[in-house]
Amino acid sequence: MQRDLIKQFFYDMLLARRFEEAAAEQYTQGKIAGFLHLYPGEEAVAVGSLRAAEPGDYVVTPYREHVHALMRGITPNAVMAELFGRATGCSGGYGGSMHLFSAEHRFLGGYAIVGETFPLAIGVGYRLAMKQSPDVVLCFFGEGAVNQGTFHESLNMAALWKLPVLFICENNRYQIGTEIHRNSAVTEVYKRGCASGVPGKHVDGMDVLAVHQATQDALQHVRSGSGPFLLECETYRFRGHSMADSGAYRSALEMAELKARDPLLNLRNRALQEDWISEDDIEALFKKAHAVVDEAVRFAEQSPPPTDLYKDIYAQPLDVYRGAP
Amino acid sequence: MTRTRNADAEMIAPARPRHELMVWEALNLALDHALAADDAVFVLGEDVGLYGGSYRVTQGLYAKYGEWRVRDTPISENSFTGLGVGAAMVGGRPVVEITTVNFALLALDAIINLAAKIRYMSGGQFHVPLVVRMAGGVAKQLAAQHSQRLEHTVMNVPGLRIVAPATPQDAYWQLTQAVREDDPVIVLEHELLYFKKGPFDIHASAPPMHSAAVRRPGAHVTLIAWQRMVDVCLQAADELATDDIHAEVIDLRSLRPIDLPLLVASIKKTHRAIVVEEDCKFAGAGAEIVAALQETVFFELDGPILRVAAADTPTPYNGALEATSIPDAAAVVHAVRRMVGPREE
Ligand SMILES: Cc1ncc(C[n+]2csc(CCOP(=O)(O)OP(=O)(O)O)c2C)c(N)n1
Ligand SMILES: [Mg+2]
Repeated sequence: MQRDLIKQFFYDMLLARRFEEAAAEQYTQGKIAGFLHLYPGEEAVAVGSLRAAEPGDYVVTPYREHVHALMRGITPNAVMAELFGRATGCSGGYGGSMHLFSAEHRFLGGYAIVGETFPLAIGVGYRLAMKQSPDVVLCFFGEGAVNQGTFHESLNMAALWKLPVLFICENNRYQIGTEIHRNSAVTEVYKRGCASGVPGKHVDGMDVLAVHQATQDALQHVRSGSGPFLLECETYRFRGHSMADSGAYRSALEMAELKARDPLLNLRNRALQEDWISEDDIEALFKKAHAVVDEAVRFAEQSPPPTDLYKDIYAQPLDVYRGAP
Repeated sequence: MTRTRNADAEMIAPARPRHELMVWEALNLALDHALAADDAVFVLGEDVGLYGGSYRVTQGLYAKYGEWRVRDTPISENSFTGLGVGAAMVGGRPVVEITTVNFALLALDAIINLAAKIRYMSGGQFHVPLVVRMAGGVAKQLAAQHSQRLEHTVMNVPGLRIVAPATPQDAYWQLTQAVREDDPVIVLEHELLYFKKGPFDIHASAPPMHSAAVRRPGAHVTLIAWQRMVDVCLQAADELATDDIHAEVIDLRSLRPIDLPLLVASIKKTHRAIVVEEDCKFAGAGAEIVAALQETVFFELDGPILRVAAADTPTPYNGALEATSIPDAAAVVHAVRRMVGPREE
């Protein structure tokens, strides 16, 4: 493993963790409103998978997507400003935490309705296939979304027409307060593409190196024209479902077990042990992540709000009464 | 990526140009021209390809443009409509056919939560040049689940445009305009209009996609309708004319936006108006039209604006009952007579 890559992963996960903790603080202070779904515990999934993607690839995600946006190169300033609802946010303050977008980064949005990322992703894949483009789509979703009809409908079409879509399940075991074995007859998500013949693989989603490798392999499959692939990353969220949820339905033992598998600690210990990284490096990266996030908060706070309520509903402003008084 | 070309296509596709076309032929021609003009355009839906479309609208196009541009889909309305949204976000110009509006209920997430909101939620970074065509209305004894009218469901959604052509010429014009539009457009078609013949001039220049049209001028009452109810109103106007009551019949053509200025101009002349709609009266499209008009022309009116609408029931299977459930010319004539009163000079 190249040392630079390890350092990159480590910094990415530190930034992700710090960004989310700062968002929680700002939410508590009333600076961020609405639904806020945070990612601590799951960092290895977005970091490992998206660092394996090419800049030309497209990304579609659900609402827990701040880290995915950061990994695609959307600046922490632009993401934080969006959480603050400011005009400098990556969606101009019109989307908020659950709806981050960036055309420049081919980041096609966070979506708040569970199961929407599937049809959107196959649509992008369809267009790419039509144009015989080398780019592919990475479609993220939670394990809870797998029981939505769109999962099965879309995997069927993706397989039928061999669309270049990598389906990445972020299996954190919970759909809000309902654990997977209480909502799914088959809990091995990677097997659930079998009805459409979509090959699947399971990977430890707490291990960024494993996720990175598995994504590289899966992307190769998808990019070669062999059709879609389903990658299940088994992970865990350390916080509640959203800031509105205390997560009280999980036992202290379960939490402790999973926190022991913290993807950051995991990588830190291994990297130190293998001598890929030094304590000094870690200290420096930690400081950098803090400084970047502090700056993002400062930037967001000082940014102006959007003011035009009617902007961008249509390509041109549309009067539903066509100008009548 | 197979691009099949088939000489049969030329034989199957309607001969053109022609002075008269049926609505389905006009729609077919619009799609043919759109597919030929722009590589980004593609058509998808159930049975649109090899089979040629449940109402023949896509006949011949699969042979001509191949499977990637005329795509037969599985029965997955929400996902293939959402597929259209995704493709539209990255440069495609999909035309989704949902066989009937009844099935579109399964695609409302893609239409309302996705297509209508992505431009706004993304701060204008992504647009969704998507057309969703769907056939609705009461046809011939298809029973309650196949006879719905869903104008009201989509009219209330900012971000959508809705057109409802009633003639072959408008079907051609408005579908052509819809495909070129950078916003999502719902094209409401009517099951009983597909085989209606009407004058067609390929060279005539199109009015704006959302303007209404006066189909018959008259001085005494304004009848406002769309889709099949336009014909019902024209029939009623014929009958009323024998009594020297002259109804002005307006074909709305568009339901979002509504061409309110044209309606206002008409009512300033007639001082009376009736909205004739095939859907149930309660919370239907007519409710919006009447409300907008009373806010605008109240002091021009000789009396309240009325609605002649469908009965507040699911559509029955029995043919005679079905006929009584939606407005016909007699119902319109009756309403006008009551409104205008006996014309005694
Ligand atoms: C269609 C729909 N139903 C219900 C909800 C409410 N809801 C929001 S998130 C969520 C749980 C989703 O769980 P999962 O897909 O596993 O994602 P996670 O939050 O665990 O990342 C639910 C039920 C919704 N947003 N959309
Ligand atoms: Mg989950």
